[in-house]
Amino acid sequence: MATAQAQPLPARSKPKSKERSYDLSVLALLLPATLVVVVLFVYPFVYGLMLSFMPQEGGISISNYVKFLQDPYQRESLFNTLRLAVPNTLVVLFTAVPAAYVMRRGMWGESLITTLLILPISLGAVLTSEGIIGYFGPGGWFNQILESLGIIKEPLRLTHNWTGVMIAMYFKQFAFCFLMLLGYVSGINPNIEYSARVLGASPLEVLRRVMLPLMAPGIAIATCLTFVTNFSVFPSAMLVGEPAGATRSIAIAAYQMAFEHYDFSMATSIAMIMGFAELAVVVMILGLRERLYKGSAISGAKG
Amino acid sequence: MESVRRSPWFLAFYLFVFAFTLNIMGIAGNVLVSSFAKSWFGGPLPASFTAEWYPYNFSFYGLGGLMAVTFEVVIAVMALSLSIGFLAAYALARVDFPGKKYLTVLFLLPVLLPQIAYGIPLATVLYRYGLGGTVAGVILANAVPMIPFAMFLLVPFIEQIDRNMESSARVLGASRLAIIRRVLLPLSVPGLLTAGVLTLTSTVANFELTFLVSGAGSQTIVVALYYAMFAAGIRPTYSVDAMAVIYMVLVMIPLAVALRFVRPTQMVFRIGEK
Repeated sequence: MATAQAQPLPARSKPKSKERSYDLSVLALLLPATLVVVVLFVYPFVYGLMLSFMPQEGGISISNYVKFLQDPYQRESLFNTLRLAVPNTLVVLFTAVPAAYVMRRGMWGESLITTLLILPISLGAVLTSEGIIGYFGPGGWFNQILESLGIIKEPLRLTHNWTGVMIAMYFKQFAFCFLMLLGYVSGINPNIEYSARVLGASPLEVLRRVMLPLMAPGIAIATCLTFVTNFSVFPSAMLVGEPAGATRSIAIAAYQMAFEHYDFSMATSIAMIMGFAELAVVVMILGLRERLYKGSAISGAKG
Repeated sequence: MESVRRSPWFLAFYLFVFAFTLNIMGIAGNVLVSSFAKSWFGGPLPASFTAEWYPYNFSFYGLGGLMAVTFEVVIAVMALSLSIGFLAAYALARVDFPGKKYLTVLFLLPVLLPQIAYGIPLATVLYRYGLGGTVAGVILANAVPMIPFAMFLLVPFIEQIDRNMESSARVLGASRLAIIRRVLLPLSVPGLLTAGVLTLTSTVANFELTFLVSGAGSQTIVVALYYAMFAAGIRPTYSVDAMAVIYMVLVMIPLAVALRFVRPTQMVFRIGEK
């Protein structure tokens, strides 16, 4: 298990030729899983895409998409989402990447810290939101500590606004990115780094010319996942934000269309806009990564 | 490289991660303390404590029923994911075929794409076929990301099983079924356990799909918790927190088991790697 984990991209390092002795009837084993994904994922997607071009008024047109972009209230949800997702992704990256990097050789209390970090990921946004409302609320422990330390005079307004959603998203995403990158960076053969040092590279050069290129695939995946999750922020935007105002995200707009206005055609249009926007960003980030560090690969398992 | 540990950067980021972790404890601790509060208006701790909110949830908010639905959904999703996921993982681990890359990407999408994006079309389809709002619909919806999730977790475990074991068994005259039952399954137990507990935790905590597909009688506890929070003010916060604590326990028991098999870094690393 440990060796399988140490290679971040097993697909690439796998030998090309698998034994031919396995007859292709084994492929039948893939049928049930493929069937589920086709019937419950591909079909709804295609159905939704078609439905989005059949507005409630009848006929076949792109009027749903036009309506979404022309209506300032709906359009604003797209910008609300970007105002949350972009800064959050950047803050997460600029804290999680260096933190994982400097701690690549272990830290004191590592197992306890990483175990606690898995909590916001496993417990999910609903529970984290409930805790944040209490803990970061005007009378919560966070404000109490700051007040008793004399840092602030008045309690900070950290919940039921944009800041609240940013905090809620940050807890999950930082934990996720940090753990993922820590796993990734500690899988890089330390001898590569030692060799560079022995050959006279300064720590900064090692970081810039050796480690960052090696970490690039991990960082790219982490960025994609963080942004895509942030872009579809829903429960925390409803619970710790202002769902009628600054944090009315595009996911809220789609949900309201479907389950409050029962306009499933318009709702799927918004869901499609959300899906394609996410896809575009993922393609962009992965493309950028290819251009920046072409041909970099993780070599060697754990030392 | 010992110098790393003495650098100011290490200290700064270590303190940052440490403070972050303390805040997580604060967030979880706040819910726990509040669930035992009789009244709590400011101050580090509630003025007086009570355990009444726990029975209150069972008698007034049907927590027993919610837990029954949650167990039903979780067990069904786990059984589906492990059985279907195991078959697919075996095929992916053992044979190469044209288009394997594309099929892998197809399996990746439901795990990586945000559920709210494909949940709305999925809910639309399920409602159209009369499955919306039913427990069966909730199970089907949750199976969409969980089957590939279990499958991707199982692939490395199956890859590790020596092919010669299977060949030997075949040479010695074992039928295909016997090979699966007497060779493959016993050797896959660690993988099945890991995939099982991780599917279990994820399904209990899976909010979006369940939220979009469930109706009055088919809510799991996390969806009920959302509604309780969203309608804050109707019932005491302390009782919502008591429900949150019960949910927390339901997630953390399988999680604690899972952490016996995998390290936290591996857990998300695996998810990210896919």
